[in-house]
Amino acid sequence: MAATTHDAGTRRDFLYVASGAMGAVGVAAIAWPFVDQMNPSTAALALASTEVDLSTVQPGQQVIVKWRGHPLFVRRRTPAEIASAKAVDVNSLPDPLAYNDNLPDNSPATDANRAIKPEWLILIGVCTHLGCTPTVSTPQMPEGDYGGWLCHCHGSQYDTAGRIRKGPAPRNLQVPPYSFLSATRIKVG
Amino acid sequence: MSGPSTYNPKSGFERWLDTRLPLPRLLHDTIHTFPTPRNLNIWYTFGGILTFCLAIQIVTGIVLAMHYVANATLAFDSVESIMRDVNYGWLIRYMHSNGASMFFLAVYIHMFRGLYYGSYKAPRELIWIIGVLIYLLMMATAFFGYVLPWGQMSFWGATVITNLFSAIPVVGNHIATWLWGDFAVGDATLNRFFSLHYLLPFIIAAVVGLHIWALHVPGNNNPLGIDVKSPQDTVPFHPYYTVKDAFYLVLFVIFYALFVFYWPDFFGNPDNYQQANPLVTPPDIVPEWYLLPFYAMLRSIPNKLLGVIVMFGAIATLVFIPWLDTSRVRSCRFRPLMKQFFWAFLVACVLLGYCGGQSVDAARFGIPLVWVARIASIYYYVFFWLIMPIVGLIETPKKLPASIAQSVLGDTAAAPAE
Repeated sequence: MAATTHDAGTRRDFLYVASGAMGAVGVAAIAWPFVDQMNPSTAALALASTEVDLSTVQPGQQVIVKWRGHPLFVRRRTPAEIASAKAVDVNSLPDPLAYNDNLPDNSPATDANRAIKPEWLILIGVCTHLGCTPTVSTPQMPEGDYGGWLCHCHGSQYDTAGRIRKGPAPRNLQVPPYSFLSATRIKVG
Repeated sequence: MSGPSTYNPKSGFERWLDTRLPLPRLLHDTIHTFPTPRNLNIWYTFGGILTFCLAIQIVTGIVLAMHYVANATLAFDSVESIMRDVNYGWLIRYMHSNGASMFFLAVYIHMFRGLYYGSYKAPRELIWIIGVLIYLLMMATAFFGYVLPWGQMSFWGATVITNLFSAIPVVGNHIATWLWGDFAVGDATLNRFFSLHYLLPFIIAAVVGLHIWALHVPGNNNPLGIDVKSPQDTVPFHPYYTVKDAFYLVLFVIFYALFVFYWPDFFGNPDNYQQANPLVTPPDIVPEWYLLPFYAMLRSIPNKLLGVIVMFGAIATLVFIPWLDTSRVRSCRFRPLMKQFFWAFLVACVLLGYCGGQSVDAARFGIPLVWVARIASIYYYVFFWLIMPIVGLIETPKKLPASIAQSVLGDTAAAPAE
């Protein structure tokens, strides 16, 4: 009798563990759809691209267009702004990486790596701190100390190449994937 | 304190019910005969006031949901239609929006009261921790609710708060995208926030049930912070505290009504009467007043990850208070040293709130507010993690009264007859 009880016990233990494990796998399998439904849907994932006409943008001016729900900065830089961006030592920057989707990830944040053509700076207008849209600085209405942008939410300051110089933001403004279709037209995305 | 039940079913129906679903017995024991310290003051009426606030928010919220449309293109207009077209929609919405502020005002008074009288100390640790959980749920609910009108502050507040999660190394950006359901705050975000805003108040109601259940095991603390020793120290909850709570509730409702009818936008932000625009950030993003102290902490630290840690850490700290306080005496009435640090802490919280509402680079009397916020943030942490444990060990408390009854009634109470 004792042996039978023992056998029944191990068999029961096995069934307990096996059904418990199966149940856990089942719960995990059914939990995933409920987690993943929160992620962007296929409609949101469909990469939208936007074309921007540059011919109306004057030197020193910035226009903002919408791309994938975010503001996109299109800034036509003056020679003085380009020169001040080039004069900066990359090693002195808080963030030395270019964050340019058109270049390898480890590219340094030189001015040349931030803009395909020096005159045109194309950036995603989302502060890398907490996502506000920074305000552009112009000689007439300066914003911050570096001539680029100032984010009024929490005081991050960017230079004329959109690189973080001061404040809580950890990264340079992102450069989106874009290409020139002609001298006065770009395609973003 | 919750001794044997004194419920005595009178009618045959009550006896029948009592052996099947003893609901009358539960109500009798918890809100009728429940022995309550006889010395509870005005600050102890806020528990009842908070229950009232929760009920108001749920009732007005359910009504608003009948007229609101959770859609990025329609939400703003539907709120305007509630304000202009729906019968009494303006009243119900103003009750709801100002009700949130009243809810937080009451909860802050309730929390500071618990802090002052040592209500978190043994055996009431879990009551306090469940309370912190309710506070967290309230903040989440209020945040989701603030997004729904889809004005400029709604949109940018949602952007900033959800971006807090992007500070988490490696997975942060994925979490932010997961929260948004898109690559930015948008229609998907609005819909899920509406769903959660509707859900959370009912979870709060359930957790409030746990809070009250846990309270009814040791019973109320009291301003003296000493234990109830004899029936003389207590009075039945009804009618003594039902009437007292009701009286202060009426005063509170008058205060609440002043805002609803005379300054309905006092706590609001004019930017939220502009529809959300993902391309233009308002010059100053300000959260609702009740979140300003934490916002000031976030802004005062010039590093993204550290700022987020300090902000959430400030709330997490509250959970540990029952074990950080080493004093054997509960009430600050008998703690001459701790009392001073407590009031300084209150001042620090108010200062943080003030700094959080000003622009980042503002200064007063030549002092940059960011430094005021830094010092106040440091004091916030020092108060809990250093002052509380140390003062509890070195302080000599004043002599405690022998009993609640003796303190309230004088020495005549020593005689058992009344």
